[in-house]
Amino acid sequence: MRIRNLLAVTMLTGIYSLVVAVLFVLMDAPDVALTEAAVGAGLMVILMLGTIALTTQEERRHRVRHNLLALVVVAITGAALIYATLDMPLFGDPEAPAHAHLSPRFTQESPEEIGIPNMVTSVLASYRGIDTLGEAVVVFAAAVGVLLVLGSGSVRGRRAKTAARSRQEDETP
Amino acid sequence: MTLLGLYNYWIVVVLMMIGFYIVIAQGNLVKKIVGLNIFQTSAFIFFISLAWREGGTAPIALPGVTDYANPLPHVLILTAIVVGVALTAMGLALVVRIHEAYGSIEEDDIHQQDDPQ
Repeated sequence: MRIRNLLAVTMLTGIYSLVVAVLFVLMDAPDVALTEAAVGAGLMVILMLGTIALTTQEERRHRVRHNLLALVVVAITGAALIYATLDMPLFGDPEAPAHAHLSPRFTQESPEEIGIPNMVTSVLASYRGIDTLGEAVVVFAAAVGVLLVLGSGSVRGRRAKTAARSRQEDETP
Repeated sequence: MTLLGLYNYWIVVVLMMIGFYIVIAQGNLVKKIVGLNIFQTSAFIFFISLAWREGGTAPIALPGVTDYANPLPHVLILTAIVVGVALTAMGLALVVRIHEAYGSIEEDDIHQQDDPQ
């Protein structure tokens, strides 16, 4: 069964984001879960609703393409990735290399050093503050990009309208 | 069976391949962006599952607790979620713009208008 209605697709995307947020809570990442719920299930759904309001709500029906090539590419990539996971440390292994170097430093010393009990906040705002600045730059660039892409459209539309009006005025007298 | 302890990576791979397939095979541009979103969240789940430790708690300091999840991947993913939604906004803006120019958000229609045969 295929969903043709893009409104339903948007709703399912929001639900998916909420489920992922629950997964993050279960994996001891409440900060990430809050962000995912607010941004993924909230902002993303609003953006998609705006898009389908400005474009179309119904996907056009076209003949079912058997996309064998895509399926083969995806299967090969997936198999390669599964093969690569065989060398990875087990899920939740406290001895995993990821926990060996920076993690003890942050978890043991950051509450005294920065004075905030939440280590994620200390790392985000202090130890890796430059990253957060870079993030702000990316968000700003995206906002400027969206305004440029959509703004030029409305300016062009207005120009087309005024051109049509002046043409009409030319013809009427 | 120790191999079963790798199941978190397999969930990530399956989600990632679902997203990848949607991006390649779907003709509708909004659905392509949904596929991109699924691909992205699979990478998030990968990082958060790397940060999780058996017997640890969330990385918020509590008296008497010494075993926390690794906070560094959490920070990276917080940044990635925000950057991801910025990119999604950009992609959706392009979709709106394409719809203005071509009157369609289906890949087939757009290709057909570009070189009609």
